[in-house]
Amino acid sequence: MTIPVRKFDTLVIGAGGGGLRAALQLAQAEANVAVVSKVFPTRSHTVAAQGGMNAALANVSPDNWHWHMYDTVKGGDFLGDQDAIEYMCRAAPRLVVELEHIGVPFSRLDNGKIYQRPFGGQSQNFGGEQAARTCAAADRTGHAILHALYQQNIRAKTHFFDEYFAIDLIRDNDGCILGALVLEIETGEPLIIQAKTTLIATGGAGQLFRTNTNARINTGDGMAMALRAGIPLQDMEFFQFHPTGIAGKGMLISEAVRGEGGYLVNGDGERFMERYAPNARDLASRDVVSRAVATEIHEGRGCGPNKDYILLKVDHLGADVIRKRLPGIRDMVMTFLHIDPINQPIPIFPTAHYTMGGIPTNRFGQVVVPQQQGAEDIVPGLYAVGECACVSVHGANRLGGNSLLDIVVFGRAAGNHIIEYLKENRYGRTVVAQHSIDTALAHLARWDQRSQGVSNETVDGLRNELKAVMDHYCGVFRTEDVLRTGLDKVLKIEQRLQNVYLKDHSKIFNTARIEAFELENLVDLALATVASALARKESRGAHMRMDYPQRDDVKWLKHSLFFKGGQLDYKPVRMKPLTVEGFSPKPRVY
Amino acid sequence: MRFSIYRYNPEADAAPTMQTMELADADITPDMMLLDALRLLKAQDESFTFRHSCGEGVCGSDAVNINGRNGLACITPVVDLAQPITIRPLPGMPVIRDLVVDLSQFYHQYRAIKPYLVVHDPEPEVEYLQTPQQRDKLDGLYECVLCGCCSTACPSFWWNPDKFRGPAALLQAYRFIADSRDQATAERLDALEGPYRLFRCHTVMNCVDVCPKGLNPTKAIGQIKKIMLKHLI
Repeated sequence: MTIPVRKFDTLVIGAGGGGLRAALQLAQAEANVAVVSKVFPTRSHTVAAQGGMNAALANVSPDNWHWHMYDTVKGGDFLGDQDAIEYMCRAAPRLVVELEHIGVPFSRLDNGKIYQRPFGGQSQNFGGEQAARTCAAADRTGHAILHALYQQNIRAKTHFFDEYFAIDLIRDNDGCILGALVLEIETGEPLIIQAKTTLIATGGAGQLFRTNTNARINTGDGMAMALRAGIPLQDMEFFQFHPTGIAGKGMLISEAVRGEGGYLVNGDGERFMERYAPNARDLASRDVVSRAVATEIHEGRGCGPNKDYILLKVDHLGADVIRKRLPGIRDMVMTFLHIDPINQPIPIFPTAHYTMGGIPTNRFGQVVVPQQQGAEDIVPGLYAVGECACVSVHGANRLGGNSLLDIVVFGRAAGNHIIEYLKENRYGRTVVAQHSIDTALAHLARWDQRSQGVSNETVDGLRNELKAVMDHYCGVFRTEDVLRTGLDKVLKIEQRLQNVYLKDHSKIFNTARIEAFELENLVDLALATVASALARKESRGAHMRMDYPQRDDVKWLKHSLFFKGGQLDYKPVRMKPLTVEGFSPKPRVY
Repeated sequence: MRFSIYRYNPEADAAPTMQTMELADADITPDMMLLDALRLLKAQDESFTFRHSCGEGVCGSDAVNINGRNGLACITPVVDLAQPITIRPLPGMPVIRDLVVDLSQFYHQYRAIKPYLVVHDPEPEVEYLQTPQQRDKLDGLYECVLCGCCSTACPSFWWNPDKFRGPAALLQAYRFIADSRDQATAERLDALEGPYRLFRCHTVMNCVDVCPKGLNPTKAIGQIKKIMLKHLI
């Protein structure tokens, strides 16, 4: 079989904020760039980000990037790499302004500047007063940013491959990545996109969990592709549970609701966050608030007939604030709960939200792996940014408002680095190894196999099981026994996946086949998550081990690296920032 | 719960058919959305094909025709719908398979209105200032999710999809005209001149009726016409 080949300078996989920001940088530098996305770009999950993007503009409260850096290091429970964090926080104001210049309709203050609201974990002066650092377009900031970035890419004439699904990375005989094998969903035809540089920007894996705030497309395809290419995944045990998903359903209720003055109450009507975080209360970092919510419910102080949720009270904010600052939230609550938050509190529950871990990179977006020379050898030509990457700016827990920032900062940084790489490698490697193509094609053909006997296993059934296992055995509170059981169950699911066959073998827009590939990816990532969690015998950020309730900086101030096949390795945290003094670990109180 | 669903796979079927599909009453919950139901139907028959992603009405993937009316499946409560619930692809677009339509023309019209901010002045090092009142003018415009419900409900777009920009694209054209930061109003207005691009709108207002985000393209089109008139005199 001859597969058509298209050649570009750069292949970007994923058209969310990270991929589009990088593509824009490249297209403006007149690099020949192809963006592959399994959905039309504005359907990418960046569109669902609500609350905003952090930058120390100081439009509302006194602020500077150094305070932002401190909050981010502390929010990540000291696991974040401080060089990358300094870089991100310094770049933030400039990048927000840049987004404003390309048309993002930020909300405004009376003086005409960008509106900023308080968010969790933000402080002035290294842990002092609450800061207001989150730049917002009402509560649709992600939508506003994603659409503006797509629009600018239209202007820059970026080449889009919409509704193409990436199957596997391809490489040359030396192991350098040279693009990917992709599948055109509409026709079912494979295509090789060969490129001197490849950027993975495929987002997170929220679909690992049954109750999650994520879009259906968030199946971690790029992370799983990297794993299959021999690249480890970093810090996968750190999965963020957002404190305020709609109870029982999972849709996200933005932290902006608490930023605007909303607060949580338990079944006794108590503002319980005062007990857990006396200073920051409802605006403590997300891991802290999620654990508090889960604890209240667990100890019998939940709300409702079954005491199985907590209420987020907003009615005291007044109709004007809710209509003006939280219109999307109001719509969503009215649609899904048939109540109006102007009059009634919102039932919430901690809900799987964000993958802190991912493909290890440095602050230029270059993928780095442990090899002969050290813990961070560069994989030439391969880049990753955004939720699929682990740079690591979020450490063990991401602060609200830092993910939109992460994608534009590192999308741009990777774009810039790729431009340099292309200059130096004008006549780069061009020979794709046949075995690499064969392996990818074999993977592609997996779902063409037809059932030989009677098998009751289905993609849908197995996916539901996997998500239930992750909810039960890898949730907010973890122990050795629970995780070990979870690992066994995921391994069994991995086995059973071998016996699943599709009934639909049509080539045309075969979503059953896409879902099967996605499930394979999810299973790989579930293993990475549970195995990394089982190994980490301490509690840090979002990873709470009831059997090891303390943070252990002596043994565990290090990043996990999970390889396909199950082996784990570790590498040190970069504690040294670029120009300032590093923040040493200290007890984390809010 | 009974459904009548448009099925067509060009590889296997000579012509489209309406297929009866059913969900057991036990599977129906009072707060179920149509998308939840479609996913249960897909679990019965994996070949049933439709797009969907965010599940909360912000990505715009799952626009379909529901009992004769365009809408997003993920924010359409299923219990309110008369049975059999008839689901068809968005009207007027080429069907790729089942409920999946080819939206190329729709996207082409969007790109054609130059949906990006144009500023000729040198860029300041800080944000462009915009008063809250100026910013308010973008409300009801920028929230569009490009689902295609409006344009594919518009008779003028059915007749002239190649010439008439359609309500979704025109809403975005006005979004940039209305933006105090944009400096290309004259070019934008010029580009909408002629009998078709803008003026094929006959204020049927189907677009307003179906928009799942509660936006009003007809009003935006009216505003553009008003500004054109002002520029003329």
